[in-house]
Amino acid sequence: MAAVRETVETVGEVEKYKYGFFTDIESEKAPLGLTEDTVRFISAKKNEPDWLLEWRLAAFRRWLTMTEPTWAKVSYPPIDFQDAYYYAAPKQKVKLDSLDQVDPKLLETYEKLGIPLTEQKMLAGVAVDAVFDSVSVVTTFKEKLAEVGVIFCPMSEAVQKHPELVKKYLGSVVPTSDNFYATLNSAVFSEGSFVYIPEGVRCPMELSTYFRINEKQTGQFERTLIIAEKGSYVSYLEGCTAPQRDENQLHAAVVELVALDDAEIKYSTVQNWYPGDEEGKGGVYNFVTKRGDCRGANSKISWTQVETGSAITWKYPSCILRGDNSRGEFYSIAISNGRQQVDSGTKMIHLGRNTTSRIISKGISAGKSSNTYRGLVSVHRKAENVRNFTQCDSLLIGDKCSAHTVPYIETKNPSAILEHEATTSKISDDQLFYCMQRGIGEEEAVALIVNGFCRDVLQQLPMEFAVEAQKLVGISLEGSVG
Amino acid sequence: MLEIRNLHAKVDGKEILKGIDLDIRAGEVHAIMGPNGSGKSTLSYVLAGREGYEVTEGTIRFKGRDPMEMGVDERAAAGVFLAFQYPLEIPGVTTMTFLKTALNAQRKARGEEELDAVRFLKLVREKAKPLNVTDDMLKRALNVGYSGGEKKRAEVLQMSLLEPALCVLDETDSGLDIDALKTVAEGVNALRSPERAMIVITHYQRLLDYIVPDVVHVLSKGRIVKTGGKELALELEKSGYAAYGADAA
Repeated sequence: MAAVRETVETVGEVEKYKYGFFTDIESEKAPLGLTEDTVRFISAKKNEPDWLLEWRLAAFRRWLTMTEPTWAKVSYPPIDFQDAYYYAAPKQKVKLDSLDQVDPKLLETYEKLGIPLTEQKMLAGVAVDAVFDSVSVVTTFKEKLAEVGVIFCPMSEAVQKHPELVKKYLGSVVPTSDNFYATLNSAVFSEGSFVYIPEGVRCPMELSTYFRINEKQTGQFERTLIIAEKGSYVSYLEGCTAPQRDENQLHAAVVELVALDDAEIKYSTVQNWYPGDEEGKGGVYNFVTKRGDCRGANSKISWTQVETGSAITWKYPSCILRGDNSRGEFYSIAISNGRQQVDSGTKMIHLGRNTTSRIISKGISAGKSSNTYRGLVSVHRKAENVRNFTQCDSLLIGDKCSAHTVPYIETKNPSAILEHEATTSKISDDQLFYCMQRGIGEEEAVALIVNGFCRDVLQQLPMEFAVEAQKLVGISLEGSVG
Repeated sequence: MLEIRNLHAKVDGKEILKGIDLDIRAGEVHAIMGPNGSGKSTLSYVLAGREGYEVTEGTIRFKGRDPMEMGVDERAAAGVFLAFQYPLEIPGVTTMTFLKTALNAQRKARGEEELDAVRFLKLVREKAKPLNVTDDMLKRALNVGYSGGEKKRAEVLQMSLLEPALCVLDETDSGLDIDALKTVAEGVNALRSPERAMIVITHYQRLLDYIVPDVVHVLSKGRIVKTGGKELALELEKSGYAAYGADAA
């Protein structure tokens, strides 16, 4: 590793254009395409220390030698990585004066989600008046966290204020060489969240990106790092349930979680990026690497995700169960409609003794979509007494969609006990007729049946999130029947 | 309440109902008896508006309206209730949630105020008690793992809660032992009222000992071949359906 870094540094020294680019630094956008200069531009824009620039450059050089993964069950035209902007200063959203100026379709969705009016205004970028002072809410919330020593800030701020923590943990769970998209992210990441929970602290509130996004728009290459020190606990919520009308096509985020001895991290996601239109035009490519490291003994990491958006989802939130007696959990609802393609699942890597993991995956396919669960449970030679339980259920709506389950199991220790259950079912015409005969409209009936199917996972979500997620399930399946 | 004139209906291109005439007034209970394949269940599905049950001729008037112009859920909100012979399982959806969703959907469709959790809970407990539907049952997923008797009691509970104008009971006695049959019949009888009409579809006379009809119709090969009082059911029990052109009962 050190040798690699040395080589990278040497290459960096002889780099002729090292300073040539900085004249352009006042511009708000990096030039089109991706070169070393782009990486330097981003790093300079963020006033980063040299070690981080080198770290990015090493990742970039590595990325040049890599090819896109093709094993997932998704298909899309080749992405021209040179035909994209990798950094643009956060766009100042046009401040609107009232909700009348907001896209009515957006409002319709908020309405269905039951988001309060003031919150609708905030989400849609309408200046919020004195009725709900967002600034004071954010401030109170920050003070409360500071009291117990919790750090929760944008990644770029953490780089400036807590460089020792960032340096120690960044890339320690998802190395820069991990995979094509994670490596790309390492080179060009521009935003994300940083969370640090000190030893023995139970974070007094659910941390949510909602608060942070209001401060600054997140980029398309987010980098999130959460560190839970010994005996600490944190629950982190990501994503908001409103449609993110993102013009960016590629979203390649990396999330790293580190749980030390007796620590617990609960990470919940509700993802509803733009899925593209009915013909499959547009939409976000969600190519995300999420991994948690149960580094300490008796630690626990739990992933819960509700994935309803994106044209293509390629995502496998994983747990490395390194510490003895550590536990990994993965609860997932993945809904695909229209022409969406989902290839998602998890990896549970059992390294430590007495480690346990639980996987509950609910895939719902409708329209002409394709929905694949891909999961790995791996038990290493020294991992004694491992337990895993996996349950993969697929639900089909209509007859033009597909569901696939691809479980991989590798075990090198005979003491492991691994269970795998899988079911595939369909919403039957009989069930729909039955619900409708009781007066329930067709779309509400589908939502009811699907929510029932997802119940085990919905129960894992924090209360306030669960209600929104249930509504989102209904909305994302609109037009899937009849 | 319900007027059916010369009703013809097809399923999978095959004509099953071949000219039905039926008049049911509020407060009346009509039994429709007949051998298997005579069109009893088809008639109930046509009334409920199930897809694939195509009316080719004739008219239906329900409370002065034409149900054919209404969707399945609209008919339900207007007061048509079908108690299923085989109630469907809805995994993961508790009976309580299902009942609340249905009741509020109907109230909303009729422009009435939706019930909040507290008022709903009070109402459902009140309706559940006489049917011996326990809190435990209400917390379980609808019909999942229910015994035959529990399923039928849950159907009657839905009927009691939704307070329909027209109840169609499709072979409600099937799969019930005598005790369960009595409980269900008591539940149904409690719902008899001058504002409500009922159609009790059954193959056997047994159910009619407990739910005593005002009128009995014999359905055979898609037509009503005989109409009489409750004594007609007893007569059928003795002579069988053969006298009415059926191959075997």
